[in-house]
Amino acid sequence: MSDGHYSDGKYTGDEPRDQFPAAAEDSIVGAPGEAIIADEVSPFHALKDDDDIDVVAERKKMRSERRRLLWRSPGFLIGLFIVFLWILCGLLPDLIAPWGENEVVRLADGSTIPRQGPSGNAYFGTDGIGNDVYSRIIYGARPVLVVAPLAAALSVAGGTILGLVMGYYRGWVDEVLSRIVEAFLSIPVILLALMVIVVFGATNPIIIMTIAILFTPVVTRTIRSVVIAEAQLDYVTSAKLRGERGLFIMVREILPNVSAVLIVEFTVRVGYAIFTIATLAFFGLTAGDATAADWGKDIATNYRLIQSDQWWPSIFPALAIGSLVIGINLIADSLDKVAKA
Amino acid sequence: MLRFAVRRALLAIITLLILVAIIFMLTRVFPSDPARQLAGPFAPQERVDAIAAANGFNDPLTTQFGRLLKSVVTFDYGDSFSSPGESVISLVVPALKKSAQLVFFALFLTLPIAIIGGIIAARKKDTLLDRLIVTLGLASASIPEFVSGVLLQYILGVRLGWFPAISNVPDNAGILTTLDYLVLPALSILIVYFGYIARITRAGTIAALEADYTRTAFMKGLTTSQVMRKHVLRNSLQPTVAVTGTQIGYLFGGLVGLEIVFNYPGLGRLTFTAATKQDFPLLTACVITVAIIFMITTLLADLIIAWMNPRARLNLGE
Repeated sequence: MSDGHYSDGKYTGDEPRDQFPAAAEDSIVGAPGEAIIADEVSPFHALKDDDDIDVVAERKKMRSERRRLLWRSPGFLIGLFIVFLWILCGLLPDLIAPWGENEVVRLADGSTIPRQGPSGNAYFGTDGIGNDVYSRIIYGARPVLVVAPLAAALSVAGGTILGLVMGYYRGWVDEVLSRIVEAFLSIPVILLALMVIVVFGATNPIIIMTIAILFTPVVTRTIRSVVIAEAQLDYVTSAKLRGERGLFIMVREILPNVSAVLIVEFTVRVGYAIFTIATLAFFGLTAGDATAADWGKDIATNYRLIQSDQWWPSIFPALAIGSLVIGINLIADSLDKVAKA
Repeated sequence: MLRFAVRRALLAIITLLILVAIIFMLTRVFPSDPARQLAGPFAPQERVDAIAAANGFNDPLTTQFGRLLKSVVTFDYGDSFSSPGESVISLVVPALKKSAQLVFFALFLTLPIAIIGGIIAARKKDTLLDRLIVTLGLASASIPEFVSGVLLQYILGVRLGWFPAISNVPDNAGILTTLDYLVLPALSILIVYFGYIARITRAGTIAALEADYTRTAFMKGLTTSQVMRKHVLRNSLQPTVAVTGTQIGYLFGGLVGLEIVFNYPGLGRLTFTAATKQDFPLLTACVITVAIIFMITTLLADLIIAWMNPRARLNLGE
C-alpha cells in the first residue's frame, strides 16, 4: 500500500520524523576556502600515508566481508532467485510463454476454450477472450521491469542531490525544501499519482516521471538524515579545513560513504514503484495498447468474475505482483542488514 | 508542552499551504483548458466560454488561488462538476465517515496483533519465531492492498462464504452488521500493516532492551514485567506511535484500490471518481481533506511522543 505504496513513510529512526532543527554545526569551521593549510594535502596524496593504506585495506576487507554475508543470507538468495526468474520472463517472453499475449488458446481440434480453469491445456486457465493467463503473466513482466527501475533510479538521483544539499548546507535552503518535502509526504503517493496522470495522460514517460518525482521527497528525507550524520564526522571537518569546495566534499567525500544507503534505498524504491505501477494499472492508468498483457490491468478486468468462482484470471496476476515485490523486498532487506552490520 | 504544540501546529499549517499550492498548480495551472474538458470535446464554444466564466477560470491565477485558499478555510468548495446540483461537501462528508469506520476498525484489528508480534520478535530476537514474524511481515507488507483484497475476497468471501465479499453496507445497518461487511477490507489492511508496524515495534523494542536504563532497571532487581512496562515499552513504542500517526492519514485516502475491489464508498474511491471525471473541485476537496487528516494525526502522534518522552520536546521548539 502503500506506496506506494504509500505505506512508505519509512521511519528512519534516528530522528523524529519532522524535526528539522536549524543548522548549528556550521560554526565548527570557517567558510570553505578560508582554510590555512589548503595546499598541503589532497585526498590522493593522503592515500600514500601508511595509516591510510591501512584504512583502505580495512575497507576492502569490510566490503568482501559484507559480500560474504550477503551470499550467505537465505533471504537474499531467495529474493534474487525470484527476481531472476521474472527478469528472464521479461527478457525472453517469446521463448518461455507457450502462447502469445493476445493469442487465443486452441486445442488440437482447433476449438477455443475461454473461461477455463487451470489444466494441462492452459496451466493458469484462460480468460474471457480465451487467452492463456500463464502466457499473459509472462509477457506482463517486461513493462513493469522497465518502468519501475527507471522511476526508482530517477527518484534516488533526485533525492540524493536534494538530500546532499539539504544535509550538508542546512540553513534556510534546508528549511524551505523540508517544508516542500513534508507537503508531498502528507498525501498518499497513489492519490497524487492519480491526479497527475489523469491530468497529463498515461504514457510511459509521464508514469516514470510522476513516480520519480513523487518518490523523491521520501528518498530526500532518508539521504538528508544520513548526510547530516556524516557531515559531523572528522573526515568532512578535515576536508573543510583543507579548504575543499562544498561540491567536492559532497560528491567526493560524503557520497561514497553513503553509497550503501543509496543501494538499499534504490532497491526499496523499485519495490514500491512496482506496487504503484500495478495499482495505477488496476485503475486503468497504464501505457501500452488496450490488449497488452499487464498484471494490474488484468486484475482489474477480471476480479469481478471472482464472484462467479472464476478466480484464475485475477488471482494469478495478483500472485505475480506479490511475488515480484516480495522478491525485491527480500533483496532490499538483506542489503540493508548487511549495510548496517 | 503548549509552546511545542503551537509551534508544531504552525509548521503543519505552512506545510498545508504548500500542498494547496501544489494541488492548485496541478488542477488549475497545468490543464490547458478545464472548461473545455468539462464541456466535453464536442460542445459549442459558447458553452465552453459560459462554463469558464461561471467558474472563474478566466480570472487571474492569483485570484483563483485566493479563492481556493478561502475554500480550504471555510471548507466550502462549491458544487461538484460531475454531480450537478450537489455541493462538494455533501459528497465528501459521507465518504469521510465511511473511511473513518473502515480505518478505525482496521487499526483496532491491526495494532494489538502487530505490536504484540513486534515485542515478541524483539524479546526472542534471532530465534526461529523472530525470523518467522519478520519474514512473514516483510512478505505481507509487499503485497498491494488491492491484491490481498482480491485474494481474501475469493477465499473468505466467495469460497468459504464467511464474510460478505462486497462491502456495500446497508444504510441502516447496526454496528455488528457493519463490522461484518468491513471484515474483509480490514483484514486486507491488516495484511499490509502487520509487517510494517511489527517491524517498527521490533526495532524500537530491541533498541530499548539494549539501552543502559534497561540494564540498570534489571540490576535494581525489578522483575521482567516491571522492566517491560515501566522502562522498555514507554520508549520502544515511540516509533510505533509516529508511524501509526502517518499511516492513519494515508489510510484515509490511500485505499483507492481496496475500496474499488470491495465497492466501498470511502474517500479513496471518491477521489478516484473525481479524478477520472476531472471533477476538480471534488478532487481538490478530497485531497486536501486527506492532507488535513494527515496533519492532525501526525500532530497527535508527535504530542503523544512528547508526552511519552520529554526529550522529544527539547528537540522541537522548546
